[in-house]
Amino acid sequence: MLKTFPKGGVHPKENKFSAGKKIETLPLPKQVIVPVSQQIGAPSTPVVAVNDMVKTGQVIAKAEGFVSANIHAPVSGKVTKIDFFTDSSGYKRKAIMIDTEGDEWADGINRDPSLQKDCSLSPEEIIKKINEAGLVGLGGATFPTHVKLSVPKGKTAEYLLINAVECEPYLTSDHQLMMEKADEIMVGTSILMKALSVSKAMIGIENNKPDAIELFTRKAKEYKGIEVYALRVQYPQGGEKQLIKAILNREVPSGGLPIDVGCVVQNVGTAFAVYEAVQKNKPLIERVVTVTGKSVKSPSNFLARIGTPVSQLIEAAGGVPEDTAKIVNGGPMMGKAINTTDVPVTKGTSGILIFRDSEASRKEMQNCIRCAKCVSVCPMGLTPFMQMAVVERALWDEAEKYHILDCIECGSCSYTCPASRPLLDYIRLGKQTVNKIIRARKA
Amino acid sequence: MDYNTIIITVVSLVALGIVLAVILYVVAQKFKVFEDPRIDEVEAVLPGANCGGCGLPGCRGFAEACVKAETLDNLFCPVGGNDCMAKVAKALGREAAAKEPMIAVIRCSGSPDKRKNTSHYDSAASCAISAMLFSGDTGCPNGCLGLGDCVTVCKFDAIYIDPQTKLPVVSNEKCTACGACVKACPKNIIELRYKGKKDRRIFVSCVNTEKGGIAKKNCEVACTACTKCQKVCEYDAIKIENNLAYIDFAKCKLCRKCVEVCPTNAIHELNFPPRKPKPEPKDEAKAENKENKETNV
Repeated sequence: MLKTFPKGGVHPKENKFSAGKKIETLPLPKQVIVPVSQQIGAPSTPVVAVNDMVKTGQVIAKAEGFVSANIHAPVSGKVTKIDFFTDSSGYKRKAIMIDTEGDEWADGINRDPSLQKDCSLSPEEIIKKINEAGLVGLGGATFPTHVKLSVPKGKTAEYLLINAVECEPYLTSDHQLMMEKADEIMVGTSILMKALSVSKAMIGIENNKPDAIELFTRKAKEYKGIEVYALRVQYPQGGEKQLIKAILNREVPSGGLPIDVGCVVQNVGTAFAVYEAVQKNKPLIERVVTVTGKSVKSPSNFLARIGTPVSQLIEAAGGVPEDTAKIVNGGPMMGKAINTTDVPVTKGTSGILIFRDSEASRKEMQNCIRCAKCVSVCPMGLTPFMQMAVVERALWDEAEKYHILDCIECGSCSYTCPASRPLLDYIRLGKQTVNKIIRARKA
Repeated sequence: MDYNTIIITVVSLVALGIVLAVILYVVAQKFKVFEDPRIDEVEAVLPGANCGGCGLPGCRGFAEACVKAETLDNLFCPVGGNDCMAKVAKALGREAAAKEPMIAVIRCSGSPDKRKNTSHYDSAASCAISAMLFSGDTGCPNGCLGLGDCVTVCKFDAIYIDPQTKLPVVSNEKCTACGACVKACPKNIIELRYKGKKDRRIFVSCVNTEKGGIAKKNCEVACTACTKCQKVCEYDAIKIENNLAYIDFAKCKLCRKCVEVCPTNAIHELNFPPRKPKPEPKDEAKAENKENKETNV
């Protein structure tokens, strides 16, 4: 019997149309918009000025504090504006805009594609390099990688878990990256192990990617301490708490972090980025993005520079189909609908999904009949219907008692609800407000 | 019969009762809480809405604060108004300065015909959730979302969403200016302003901070910060900040000149008699005035 997490979860239709499509490198965009806040944590501070010439890979915004990340120029050219732009939610965000000129790279970046296996750096040097390269978790949450690698005092990491689950339907960017860059990912994993001083790493892959499981099991024999685990297909297995439970059967305590149970979880895309940052000095300036949907002409996996307009990606996949009703940034379960396609790809963009009206519309909300389906699918063992009820009535103390902050926002409850209740929307509002209250209480 | 059992029982229970009574008395004396009787008196004259409009936790909290405070200058019950404060002052033997009555105004007039939709929102019917997700389903990032958080939060049934304009409407009579809707609105559209003489009010019904051209493109009735109103105002009541005009209600003399010059009709006047180029019969004007009062957007 394959491993999985024991509580809750759903299994939506996979619809992986772009599976097996080779990663295409997108031509350089004419202009890039690079938001200064692409990570969880403080926004970065621009260190270039308007009319400056920048080279690809040059730092253009410095990390502001520990939980933040550097941002590098994704193309070479001239900085035209450092201004606010309207992002996909309609709100203004600060960004650095660069007009592409030529393709000049900053010094020290090794663009030779040959595999470089050996790494003689010390853990501190590795973390420093990762920090400088502006790495963030590429699974979508964009938590700065160096923060995760800096194990707090009094705690020790025992295992490194590589999240190659890709449990979101539709998305195939991680899968394709694994098929094409297996060795690099393995080296990246070894480097991460060294940075954490752990002797064991586990790669979790869902069983719907048999080719990747086969390839990685074969490769794992060449690298010391790396094991591959095939996991039963179940959403949200890619949540780090679920992955730890599935592979190691350890439970992260409420309000805790994976390091509390001796684990550090990194996405497979991050492992590849670590390889590039440490072995090739290449900062995080591009990522793999899946563009897909039932109506999309040619669903594809693209290697796109950060800051590339989403419209260019969709154009490369055959343009926006006429009957499009909704475009989502991210996966269908956790992604967010975007208002316009004139927004850039950021470090957290794992996919662009295009939905027709019949797929996108929500049914009308009906009353909760306490069927408890949301309770049975909640992977965190929470009671979503109660959380929504208390948030609707603005009972924030109650919401906190119902452990609203333990929600991982996977959306299984909203997906399952037979009354089409927007459970997650309310829970998110509750989380935000309760967080604010707790912060005010501490201050 | 064994009388002894009865006697022992009675005696021991009486003794126990006396001992416990002494303990209770000592404890009650030791932990005595003195409560000013005036708190009850003040609470009795308050409206008892427990709305929190005064900024204190309920009417009891307000009564306690009134008794404790040296002057009533910083305390005001918006629901009870000046009458109620006069009663409070009388109960406490202090003075309460009369305050101008206030009312909530909706500073957005982007109805669907004036402000075109750019996207379609079909999630939870809550402004707070919508605002958390995105700026709104029209081009204007500051405008009313029309999902009615202000209606839900109003304890006095004083706001409703007009089905035609999809904008909230405040009732002149029912609004107590408790400020609950002001806090609930994620877009900060609702403001408490002077109720004005004969309920007449003038205000800029827009809160957008976009530059003029963009604002106009997003919404026909947006304030474009053209400064015409500022120039025409004789009382220095209008200031323009962040591409938005704002009328200071303490300085405004309700002359209505700004309303006339506004090119986008972003400045609203409420409850004024209709302008008449020629003198008209008096009673007709009065009738129309009444109508106006009922539909103040």
